[in-house]
Amino acid sequence: MNHLLSIDDLTAADIREILRITPSFAEVAERRISKVPALRGQTVALLFYEDSTRTRLSFEVAAKRLSADTLNVSVSTSSVNKGESLRDTAETIEAMGIDAVVVRHRSSGVPMQLTKWVDAAVINAGDGWHQHPTQALLDCFTLEQQLGDLTGRNIVIVGDIRHSRVARSDVGAFTRLGAEVTLVAPPTLLPAAPDTWPVRIETNLDRALQRADAVCLLRMQRERQHEALVPDLREYATLYGLTAQRAAALGPDVPILHPGPMNRGVEIAADVPDLDQVLVVDQVRNGVAVRMAVLFLLLGSGAAGMPAPALVDDVETEDAR
Amino acid sequence: MSESTDLLVRGGTVVDSVGTSMRDVAVRNGVIVEPDALSEPHVVDATGCIVSTGLVDMHAHLGEPGDEAAETMRSAGHAAVLGGFTTVLAMPDTHPAVDSAAVVDHVRSIGSSALCHVEVAGAITLQRSGKHLAPLGELAAAGVRYVTDAGFGLQNPLLMRRALEYCRPLGLTVGQPADLRALSAHGHMHEGEWSSRLGLGGAPAEAEEIMVMRDVSLARLTGATLHFQTLSSAGSLAIVGAAARAGVEVSAEVAAHHLLLTDSDLVSYDTNRKVWPPLRSSADVAAAQTAVESGVIDAIVSDHTPHTTDRKERAFDEAEHGTVGLETALAVALTAGISVSSALRALSWRPAELLGLGDPTTRSLSAGATADIVVFDPDLAITSKASEMATLGTNSAYEGIELTGAVRATIVAGRLVVEEGKVVA
Repeated sequence: MNHLLSIDDLTAADIREILRITPSFAEVAERRISKVPALRGQTVALLFYEDSTRTRLSFEVAAKRLSADTLNVSVSTSSVNKGESLRDTAETIEAMGIDAVVVRHRSSGVPMQLTKWVDAAVINAGDGWHQHPTQALLDCFTLEQQLGDLTGRNIVIVGDIRHSRVARSDVGAFTRLGAEVTLVAPPTLLPAAPDTWPVRIETNLDRALQRADAVCLLRMQRERQHEALVPDLREYATLYGLTAQRAAALGPDVPILHPGPMNRGVEIAADVPDLDQVLVVDQVRNGVAVRMAVLFLLLGSGAAGMPAPALVDDVETEDAR
Repeated sequence: MSESTDLLVRGGTVVDSVGTSMRDVAVRNGVIVEPDALSEPHVVDATGCIVSTGLVDMHAHLGEPGDEAAETMRSAGHAAVLGGFTTVLAMPDTHPAVDSAAVVDHVRSIGSSALCHVEVAGAITLQRSGKHLAPLGELAAAGVRYVTDAGFGLQNPLLMRRALEYCRPLGLTVGQPADLRALSAHGHMHEGEWSSRLGLGGAPAEAEEIMVMRDVSLARLTGATLHFQTLSSAGSLAIVGAAARAGVEVSAEVAAHHLLLTDSDLVSYDTNRKVWPPLRSSADVAAAQTAVESGVIDAIVSDHTPHTTDRKERAFDEAEHGTVGLETALAVALTAGISVSSALRALSWRPAELLGLGDPTTRSLSAGATADIVVFDPDLAITSKASEMATLGTNSAYEGIELTGAVRATIVAGRLVVEEGKVVA
């Protein structure tokens, strides 16, 4: 693995390997000195063309816990900069001698395009509507913590699938791990050619929830009502929102995921996020560990093929000092 | 080599609109003559090659005036003759747009710096704004035969009707890029499995088909001469085919890239393959190939659209549309499996007829015809490289692709401008 651009580039075995080593990185956070020297001397650039405080912080914390140096490259998102040369930016970063670029961009495909111009490992932190692979990995990890093996589990993804990189990544990851995925959305918010996706399509949320083992909610952008994709957000919340009644019907054992930030009152009713089965905080916590695992596999001794358990020794050595 | 040098194209197979024969073609003073009329001609070796009438591209964007960083008449002319084109119709989307006789004259005068003949297309509306008709009578009087808003299909059905009505007595052909923009808005590629997978906004084929349907109706209503530019969807081709059978006189072209590349070729987000209309599905490509063979498609065009690197080294949804194509159109058609005679009909004979170039007999290589000649090896395979092209545009959709069919020589009005695949003029 040279880059992490898309879940679709990973095999089921790749995903299982990342999830297998993630707990040893989660453990680092519990230690008195929550840092291991795995990536000492390496530099990770965080190239965010689109505001995303939580994803950027998650990667930054992950890199720092592995002792990598981080470089925040904030690129103005003003419309004046639209159409800037990607190559210029890539070559500038490359000249700084960095080892990995974590990139977030409003346009699909930018991380893949960057691989043409940089030798560093490129990690996709979300590109347009396309992919957000570390989000899918942390969703898998979080669900497995609750459900165990996902094989045969029915995972319902609700919301604006069409414009969602999270949905595209989750579908790829969940189905690779053997889960069955049901997408629920009004047809206007389904992707083009949904029959080519390895999923079931459902337009009635209540029917879909009857057999759900887990529910993933997606953020509903307010602009969608202005694009005539839905009549208004009130109707959307009624038909496709996770209301208190729907949450009650699910029962307390069905985990509910949301990539954040939540629109309370739209895709999720105001009080539902406070239920124990809503795992948003777990997702954030697991996100750091999963991203440590990914950075380690791409840059650390993992990249050279050394088995991950060696890392645990690293942890203890560091801690013993 | 001066125009007065006698030329003998020797050893090739002549394929022209009259038929196929093994014979030599002799040129003196810009016209084709009987071979025994020459005494000591310069010999152009055509062994193993097809010899035919020069190719005619009825859809190319040549950059000049206004976008000389991307292309000039001179560089475009070199690209054209290397691709076997002896005549190119320059699209009017220049700066300024070709919406007055003065600009027509200017484009024609700078066009004389090109190695090929340059014909000038006019705009339908002032500044191609889609609002007010350009002085179409003035354009026709200046020698324009073809008008189009190039890149902007006329959206307003009333204005389209008026344009068709007004152009009819002027003998102007109306070229329409069929695209219902309200439906294709936010599309950066063909809507389907691949746009879905790549997370890019899609433009449905229906945005083209609805416009084709509308304009077939308006052509029937007005009796005007309508030409559809760069059709890309199987549905559009079916509509045009049905219109022809119903006696509505519309003609249609397909861009060479729509005969070979599909939406799945965008898997690596190569912005040089971002074109408009977008690359469609493999079923659409197969339909386009069939339509060329059957004659439903009249012309294959380059839709040559040169850009500087900075307009393409961007995110896919922010990159400009278009690929260069003058140097590759014939090879792309042949690589796509189009037969030699169908390729020549669509790249030479039929577009010449649609543009009213000369009299019909000049589409053969018989004595007395203008010596616009292409010589190409239909079996020679060459790996395409943008860096080796004559166009100033750097945006080739075919980078690294092996294309079969290579132009070896081009003669424009009796002057040998390409020999052994290189510009010699």
